[in-house]
Amino acid sequence: MGRAIAALIARDLRLAVRAGGGGGMAVFFFLITVSVVAVGVGPNLSLLAQIAPGILWVALLLSSLLTLERLFQADLEDGTLDLLAMGPLPLEVIAAAKAFSHWLTTGLPLLVAAPLLGLLLNLPVNVFPPLILSMAIGTPALSFLGAIGAALTVGVRRGGLLASLLVVPFYVPVLIFGVGAADEAISGAPPGVMMQALSFLGAVTLASLVIGPVAAAAGLRAALK
Amino acid sequence: MLTASQRLQAFANPTRFMALSGRLVAPLGVLTAVVMAAGLYFALFASPPDYQQGETVRIMYIHVPSAWLSLFVYSVMAVSSGVALVFRHPIADVCAKAAAPIGAAFTFLALVTGSLWGEPMWGTWWVWDARLTSVLILFFIYLGYMALRATIDDPHAATRPAAVLALVGFVNVPIIHYSVNWWNTLHQPASVFRMDGPTVASSMLVPLMTLAIGFTLFFFVMLLVRMRAEVLRRRVRAMSLRRAEG
Repeated sequence: MGRAIAALIARDLRLAVRAGGGGGMAVFFFLITVSVVAVGVGPNLSLLAQIAPGILWVALLLSSLLTLERLFQADLEDGTLDLLAMGPLPLEVIAAAKAFSHWLTTGLPLLVAAPLLGLLLNLPVNVFPPLILSMAIGTPALSFLGAIGAALTVGVRRGGLLASLLVVPFYVPVLIFGVGAADEAISGAPPGVMMQALSFLGAVTLASLVIGPVAAAAGLRAALK
Repeated sequence: MLTASQRLQAFANPTRFMALSGRLVAPLGVLTAVVMAAGLYFALFASPPDYQQGETVRIMYIHVPSAWLSLFVYSVMAVSSGVALVFRHPIADVCAKAAAPIGAAFTFLALVTGSLWGEPMWGTWWVWDARLTSVLILFFIYLGYMALRATIDDPHAATRPAAVLALVGFVNVPIIHYSVNWWNTLHQPASVFRMDGPTVASSMLVPLMTLAIGFTLFFFVMLLVRMRAEVLRRRVRAMSLRRAEG
C-alpha cells in the first residue's frame, strides 16, 4: 500500500513538472494578485505593511483555488480515476494522496514565494517567521478542503468556478487564524497569543486532513457511477 | 407489527408521501396564517417599545426568528442529507433540496433585518462582526449548495454530491462560527435561551416566541409545498424521458 501511494504521488509530481500548468502558474498568479492589490491600494508603505499579511493570505487562497479544477478532472477524463478506483487503494487514500501532491505542487511553491512578496509589501522583518509558519501550517488545509470541492464538481460543466464557490466559505477559519498569527506579531503581542492562533490553525488543518479525504472520496464515488 | 425502520420506509414511498402531505398542507397553512397573524399583532401593536431602542425593537421580532430558522433549516437539510446518503430515501433527498432555498431566504431575511436594525442602533449598515460574518458565510454555503444542485441536471446524480456538501457544511458551520467568534465580536450574546432563564421582558417574549412558532410552521408548510412540487417535477421528468425513448 505504501508503494502504491508513493507511486501515485510520484506520478502526480511528474505530471505537474512535465505537463506544466500546475505550481508555476499558481505562483505567477500569486505574484500578479499581490501586485495588483498593491497598485490598487496605492504606494503608502506603512499602510501596505499593516495589511500585508491579509493581502498575502487572500492571494495565497485564490492561487490555490486556481489549480483545484484539475485535481481530479484530468484523471476522470482520461479514465485514470476508474483504474485507480479498481486498484488496491481505497478511494479515501487516493484522494488524500492527490490532495497531498496538490499541496506539494501548489502550497509549497507559494510558501516559498511568500517571503519575496512580503518584501514587496514592506512587511516588517519580525513578522516573516510567524507569517511563514502560519502558511506552512495552514496551506495543507487549503489543499485537503479544496479536494472536497474538486471531487464534488468533477463531472460538472464549468466545475472549476463552482468548486471555488463551494470551497471558499470553508477556507474562512484558515484565513482568520492564519492572518491572526501574523497580525499578533505586527501589534507586538507576546508569543503566547500568537501560539494560540497557530494552535487553532493546526487544529483546523488536522480536521481537514480527516474530513477532506472522506468527503472527497464520497464525491468521487458519485462521479464514477 | 412493523419495525421502526419499516415504518420510516413507508414514508419514503413518494406516492404515500404525496397522499399524506396533500392532506396536511391546507390545515397546516391555516394554522400558520393564524399564528403568524397573532404574532404580528403582538409584535406590531400589543407590545411596548423598548426603553432604549424605541420602536426599532420591533425589527427584532422578525430578525431573531429568521436567524433561528436559518440554523434550524440547515440542520433539517443536514439530517435529510445524511438519511439520503445512507438509506437512499428519495424523499429525504427531495426534502434536502426543497429546504435549501427556504433556508437561504431566512438567512437573507436575518441579514437584511439585522442591517436595517444596525443602522439606527450601531450607526452602520454592516460591521465585520463575528455573528454577522458567520451568518453571511452560512448564506454563502446555502448558495453554494443551490448552485451545485442547479448545475447537475439529473436529480438522482445530484443526490450524493449535494448530500456530502451539506454534511461537510454541517461539520464546518460550528468551526466557522467559533473561528469568527474568536476573531471579532460586537453582536450581543444570546438573551432568550440561557442557563439562567431569558433576560428579555415577558411583554416582548410573547410576540417573539409566537412569531418563532409561526416562522417554524411557515417553514414546514413551504417545505411540504416545495417537496410536492419537486416530486411532481421528477415524475414529469421521468415521463418525458420515457416518451423520448419511445
